[in-house]
Amino acid sequence: MGLLSDPNRRRALINLLTRLNAPICGMPVEWLVKTMQARGLEVYTQRFSRTLPFPDENKERYMVKGTNVYGILRAPRAPRTEALVLSAPCTPGDNNNQAVGLLLGLAQYFRNQIYWAKDIIFLVNDHDLIGMQAWLEGYHHTNTTGMDWSPLQGRGGSIQAALSLELSSDVVTSMDLVLEGLNGQLPNLDLANLFYAFCQKIGVLCTIQGKLQRNDWDSVSGYSHAVQTMMLMVMKQASGRPWGDHGLFLRYHIEAATIKGINSFRQYKTDATTIGRLLEGMYRKLNNLLERLHQSYFFYLMPSLSHFVSIGYYMPAFGLLAVILLLRALDLWVQLATPPPTTEDGIADIEQSSPGVLSVLTPLVISHLTGAALYMLPIRFQEMAVEHFPVSETEAVVLTAIAVYTAGLALPHNTHRLLSGEGTEQGWRVLKLVALLYLAVLLGCTALINFSLGFILALTLVPAAAFVTPHVPKVLSAFVLVILSPACTLLFSVFFFQELQEMPVSFLDGWLLYLSVISQGILDHFLYGSLVYPLIALLVYPCWLLFWNILFWK
Amino acid sequence: MSKYAAAQKQAEPAVLQPTPQPKDDFQEELVVRPLHSGDIYASFQFRTLWETDFMRGNKVSHYRLFPKSLGQVISKFSVRELHISFTQGYWRTMQWGQPYLPSPPGAELWVWFQDSVTDVDATWKELTNVLSGIFCASLNFIDSTNTVQPSASFKPLGIGNVTDHRFLRYATLPREIVCTENLTPWKKLLPCGSKAGLAVLLKSEKLFHSSFHSQAVHIRPVCQDWQCKTTSWELRQTLNVVFDLHNSGQGKREWSLFKMFSRTLTEACPLASSSKIYIDITDNPEQFELSPATSLLSQAMVLGDRRTFSVYDLTQQDTFGSVRSLNLLIRWKSTEGDMLRPLLHAERYVAGYGLQTGEIHTLMYNHHPYRSFPVLLLDSVPWYLRLYIHTLTVTSKGKDNKPSYIHYQPSKDRVRPHLLEMLVQLPPNSVTEVTVQFERALLKWTEYTPDPNHGFYVGSSVISSLVPSTVAMDTNSTRERPLFSSFFPCKEESSYFVRVYTEPLLVNLPTPDFSMPYNVICLTCTVVAVGYGSLYNLLTRSFQIEEPSPGLAKRIANVIRKMRGVPPL
Repeated sequence: MGLLSDPNRRRALINLLTRLNAPICGMPVEWLVKTMQARGLEVYTQRFSRTLPFPDENKERYMVKGTNVYGILRAPRAPRTEALVLSAPCTPGDNNNQAVGLLLGLAQYFRNQIYWAKDIIFLVNDHDLIGMQAWLEGYHHTNTTGMDWSPLQGRGGSIQAALSLELSSDVVTSMDLVLEGLNGQLPNLDLANLFYAFCQKIGVLCTIQGKLQRNDWDSVSGYSHAVQTMMLMVMKQASGRPWGDHGLFLRYHIEAATIKGINSFRQYKTDATTIGRLLEGMYRKLNNLLERLHQSYFFYLMPSLSHFVSIGYYMPAFGLLAVILLLRALDLWVQLATPPPTTEDGIADIEQSSPGVLSVLTPLVISHLTGAALYMLPIRFQEMAVEHFPVSETEAVVLTAIAVYTAGLALPHNTHRLLSGEGTEQGWRVLKLVALLYLAVLLGCTALINFSLGFILALTLVPAAAFVTPHVPKVLSAFVLVILSPACTLLFSVFFFQELQEMPVSFLDGWLLYLSVISQGILDHFLYGSLVYPLIALLVYPCWLLFWNILFWK
Repeated sequence: MSKYAAAQKQAEPAVLQPTPQPKDDFQEELVVRPLHSGDIYASFQFRTLWETDFMRGNKVSHYRLFPKSLGQVISKFSVRELHISFTQGYWRTMQWGQPYLPSPPGAELWVWFQDSVTDVDATWKELTNVLSGIFCASLNFIDSTNTVQPSASFKPLGIGNVTDHRFLRYATLPREIVCTENLTPWKKLLPCGSKAGLAVLLKSEKLFHSSFHSQAVHIRPVCQDWQCKTTSWELRQTLNVVFDLHNSGQGKREWSLFKMFSRTLTEACPLASSSKIYIDITDNPEQFELSPATSLLSQAMVLGDRRTFSVYDLTQQDTFGSVRSLNLLIRWKSTEGDMLRPLLHAERYVAGYGLQTGEIHTLMYNHHPYRSFPVLLLDSVPWYLRLYIHTLTVTSKGKDNKPSYIHYQPSKDRVRPHLLEMLVQLPPNSVTEVTVQFERALLKWTEYTPDPNHGFYVGSSVISSLVPSTVAMDTNSTRERPLFSSFFPCKEESSYFVRVYTEPLLVNLPTPDFSMPYNVICLTCTVVAVGYGSLYNLLTRSFQIEEPSPGLAKRIANVIRKMRGVPPL
């Protein structure tokens, strides 16, 4: 690796980095353009603007306007068909100056090398994910989220792989790999292996989920450490949000990961040159690829950086959960098919055997309408809510969502008002059969796309679905059913996630966090096209309402 | 026959003269152009002219300067014009301006056949195979699935009046990688090989340590003299290379022949009638300085621009000076970085995501401030991208731009590619965008390449145009020229021909997991071997109760009993 061996280059890089410690972010577009041009890159800019559906209180932004700057290093004697991307978000403040500096340093170093076979795009994206979304949409000329962007002038062909660099502090002790992308998509496992191999080679401490690998696998504490790491990955994947700028690349079939420099206050410090060597090594490996990364797994969970649990191991666990639903459905099917014992008069039997389409269809339609309301109303009614209540827009959206959700609990009464007669014994069985099959299909599909989300939903919904009948004690069952509802699952997940991260929160903080998680989930959907919010609102919640309906069947 | 007779007649008086005039002629030339970006562009041209007739059963057996291998190709396959280029890299129009000879990345071959050829497709197939051998390239991969017959984009460059495009074949191989093995046979076609003349500079270790490398061979019939009574064959071998300032400059902005080619020049090729080096000094002396200086200057109209060149004649001994070696040195002064605005410029990309559909966008830029001009766009798309031609749109400045001519030949699966040719008028100072949607076909499993996850290539689009010249664009060009010459723009200078190639595309097709069949085969074999094998074993084996072998004492006892004649135990 030449970067460290050449003292001149090393000095130049350090000079650049020290100069960058002066706050440059807030995107000094002209400076970046000039600096990249001086390094012999083809430089282009892209302007974009986006008005959020409601203000994002976490990042304090509402009407976003920004400029992405990217420079393309043209590989010699390459026909512009393939490219690699190295990106660094340039956030307001000087959070990521080190990463931008390192990116420019690497650009200068890479420019003087002759071995590049793929164009390398150095991208400094404004407003982190929004800028990245604008750039990717511009590059692929798609518009999935209704953002305004100016068309890109220069391209490098089909992007093969991408890395996003975040160095949040000046002192870096370890490098953390972030894999979880939009909708729980993961890059090919070989990208993680590549990172791990180079960290081992260069001697950088590397972590995943911020957790170091431990060697004592057989001990209880080592095992629980690995489980903790894996559960963190499960929670992050289930959230369906991009956990770094790389997350948006995955939609375009581009293998991508975020590399974060972390200051965990250890003795051993990693300087920028070492990180540069790490990146140089990774890019040279990626540059040598003849095909896209495809040989390894796309579906995996990682209990540590060097170990993974493949889909073949974790899917049976989910399968066993889903089988409960199918067995229950089969049981109901058999019960419905066998005529009830004719101890009583035959007239009731005839009535019972034909529950009528209406008694099944009505709850189905009403619960889905409630779901649609949960999906539509929070955004639509934010202005009205702000006018009438002393809340901000964000609070209005979240509280409307919770209000609609809670209002849905009154559904059984409404259903019964619509239904002409009383619900029959057969009626709830048919409804439950439909609901069970519905849930099985729903969870099955979800688990195929985003295993973690499907698994967490299955863990809570399957017991509820299995036990609920109109004949169980009402109050207790209602309480259990509410506890196992998707919203409460989310609440527990928030606390559980904080616990896993070893940052326990008080109940009040947890509640506030919960509210912000809901708003973030809604924003993720509208900004990046995350599917978790519509999935919960339009499908999972109505399905849960069906079971709620069965409990209060009359 | 008449042509041949005419040639004979011309040759007759030559017999009478003591030194017969050779009917062939060889010229070599190197043009060096310091580029705006700080890179340097070197273009070699070697031209062999031969007044002969390969056609009509005329057996030509005596070759002097013209390479025999190519002569035989011309006569055997009745070739009227042949253009072949091998290019590694993409010409960066925005930084380098227009090249002298454009070529697309990979290999490109287009041939006009004589109208006497009856089965053009079969001849074409044979020809590509022969050329594949001559140039050591994978031209044998040219078949009907990547060959098209453009109706308007590729006209014959030599003399002749056959323009029926049934006799034209055009194919590109965007994936072809060009390296030393293609350069060596190309160099062997030169009369002096790489032993003398400009060709000594062609060392592959330097030529392939560059940003762009392109070598080509053009064969065409040209007029022998201005009256055009007789035709002769012209073989033009060209080699274009762009050296990168950053990669080899080590920070110093300085170029020399030695630095570029790791050789200096000591002599011209003895067989050459002319051997010259041209250095483009139009931007001199603001941007660079040149040494040794020469007093020989030449002006030429190149690509619509009036350029001034310093000329070094290698046939003159004093060019080499006292050290008997010529090493030109260019010292660079300018700063780099800002982009050019070439009048015509194009780019292309695939839009969309997912492996089902996509959209090809072709952008054509007209940077002329006030003149519009028409361009011919040629697109040849492989059949496995199924173009939805009803989605074809051409827009400029946000408005629909209706092409005045469209020639579309739909593809046939596994037989022929899509061919789309359009004549589009580019409004001044505008971007014209051509979009067409496509669906990715699912190939049969044997049709995938060995590296299917690399993607499949779609060749460059070709944009041919007559571009208004920059000289004509210059409204107050009265500086150099006398007033009487500058009122009406001169015809020759008013426009010039440009061909622009876009980048090739790399498209991913839906690809099955090829390791899965392997796994299935392994699993099936195991199941068959273990399951079926053991079951078969059980069914076919006949079981017998085997007596336990008697102990040693018993055996000895039996032997004794046998000897005694008593039945054994």
